[in-house]
Amino acid sequence: MIRYIVRRMLWNLLVLWVITVITFGLMHAVPGGPFDREKPLPPEIKANIEAKYHLDKPVVVQYLYYMRDLLVPRYSPTLPTSLQEDALIRWKIGPGYFLWINLGPSYSSRSRSVNDIIRQNLPVSFELGVYALLVAVGIGIPLGILAALNQNTFLDYFGMSLAIFGVSVPVIVLGPILVSIFGVWLKWLPPTGWGTPQHAIMPSIALGLASSALIARLTRASLLQVIREDYIRTARAKGLAERLVIIRHALRNSLIPVVTVLGPLFAALVTGTFVTETIFGIPGLGRYFVTSITNRDHPVIMGTILIYAIFLVIANLVVDITYAFLDPRIRYT
Amino acid sequence: MATQAMRRGAETLAVPTRRPVGFWEDAFYRLSRNRAAMVGAGIVILLILVAIFAPFIAPYPYDKQVLTDRDKVPAWMVKVFPFMEPYARISDRYLLGADYVGRDLLSRIIYGTRVSLTVAFVGPLISLIVGTTYGLISGYFGGRLDNIMMRLVDVLYAFPGLLFIILLMVFFRQVPQEARSVWDAIRIQMYKIDAAFGGMLFIFVGIGLTAWENMARLARGQVLSVREKEFIEAARAIGAGHLRIMFRHILPNIIGPLIVAETLAIPSYITTEAFLSFIGLGVNPPTPSWGLMISQGAQAIRTYPNQALAPALALAITMFAFNFLGDGLRDALDPRMRGTQ
Repeated sequence: MIRYIVRRMLWNLLVLWVITVITFGLMHAVPGGPFDREKPLPPEIKANIEAKYHLDKPVVVQYLYYMRDLLVPRYSPTLPTSLQEDALIRWKIGPGYFLWINLGPSYSSRSRSVNDIIRQNLPVSFELGVYALLVAVGIGIPLGILAALNQNTFLDYFGMSLAIFGVSVPVIVLGPILVSIFGVWLKWLPPTGWGTPQHAIMPSIALGLASSALIARLTRASLLQVIREDYIRTARAKGLAERLVIIRHALRNSLIPVVTVLGPLFAALVTGTFVTETIFGIPGLGRYFVTSITNRDHPVIMGTILIYAIFLVIANLVVDITYAFLDPRIRYT
Repeated sequence: MATQAMRRGAETLAVPTRRPVGFWEDAFYRLSRNRAAMVGAGIVILLILVAIFAPFIAPYPYDKQVLTDRDKVPAWMVKVFPFMEPYARISDRYLLGADYVGRDLLSRIIYGTRVSLTVAFVGPLISLIVGTTYGLISGYFGGRLDNIMMRLVDVLYAFPGLLFIILLMVFFRQVPQEARSVWDAIRIQMYKIDAAFGGMLFIFVGIGLTAWENMARLARGQVLSVREKEFIEAARAIGAGHLRIMFRHILPNIIGPLIVAETLAIPSYITTEAFLSFIGLGVNPPTPSWGLMISQGAQAIRTYPNQALAPALALAITMFAFNFLGDGLRDALDPRMRGTQ
């Protein structure tokens, strides 16, 4: 098990490294630099700014600079004052500060580094993502179980039609509908904004509903398969109450495919979707994905993509380890 | 439906051996029994007709701006949303209202079917061709090549797909002023073609370059299950080449599940296009796309909810239709997969 985890982590590090290379390469293949304005800057000033951020160097050298800032930890007696020297991890150890993972300055913001952006906006996206996941699991799994236990009855058809309905309304559709009905028309909830629990209700539902439909279908299919297994018949034959058979024996194994999709789903929900955050006016990380690319804000592009990839990789690893706990037949070597 | 069942019954009575029912005929029969799928198919056909005959159905051209008619709403809309009363400027010339530059929303929605439907049919085609070829080669040759090709897919899989599309879009949309190399010349030419199609070409390229990974994995798995069968050995024994075996013998045996998977993926292609247009990297204005309309409508959602609501509902209905049809098609082609993903 330990060996398996270590091997997977090494493989994941390789994946992350390849992602940095691809992103960096694509980013620099895109024409236009971060300081090309409609009203061009005087050439001397542009040259100075570009020299400050090493943009006058070849791409490979820029990449090495970036990786150095990202990977090499530093120890400094005071907190860094310049945005270029900032770091994501700032721990006070002894008299000074341990600084690690510097994602660099943001070209388009003069007051915040990428580290600041991640520190301030990621928690918002994370919170929204967790709520959305709770919505997805909270609706999806019970609906799937209900449909499977009443296979080919009205409840089953109703539940699965509901699931198709859910899949058919992505955030881009559900967002405007929810805002106009509950925010603008009935005035039950604040239409946009973030901060109070009331603000979180609509975006969580809009973001989580499509995933809940996916989970419901998966739970149903998987439970139907497990229920036909011999050990379920055994459990029934020895006189266990039906409720115990389902909860203790069937459900546990049937959740494996569900857990598989939860991994990538969680990463996607947490890193925030641009549409949800735009429609509901939420100050999350999602909008930086898009604005940074159109602004050619290289460090923000790299930072947001890396954070997403790290979430994805960790989520997948956790999923694989969860398998072993859910199904004792799975062993890793 | 009943008559078909009776006809079958009569045939069984008349002759002891039952008339053989082909795979596709059987699948079609099952599909026609699925009411939800039939409704979906009906809506899809209707949408296709709307897309083809858009100029005859739409009351106005999609890009006709009447600046004095900005944000006008029809009388019935004010009855539905009474809060609009104090500020609404009423005009019954527009059935669903006009947008922020005075273009008819209904006409733009009608023309918008063209974009969504083109994506719904071309997207799967590109991903099917690329993914199947990749998976065929990987699975058929196996060994080290298979290993390398699949690891590449793994890496691309970990790369957030939408971000990859966004990067590609920015890359394609920014073309150099003058061609300094052959590569530049190709890009400028592509940009011109794209502009001629209202920005659709790059959407297809973007979707094609990101959506094939699933298909490649699926195809490879299918190839592995067929590769060692006797009929492949027989084909090899009579001297068939690699290409012939791959495309004439293996492909027809694995194409069914691939088509089903693509049908089920159609809604995700439609969403991708809507998303790209929503963030301003999709079709070029004034080409009407529902995603673009939702994004523009969302700006005024507190005052004129109809501007975002109308295209959102159009998108929802289209997604419904394709989802129900895809679901029915999967059940019909492979009854064992019923209710699974």
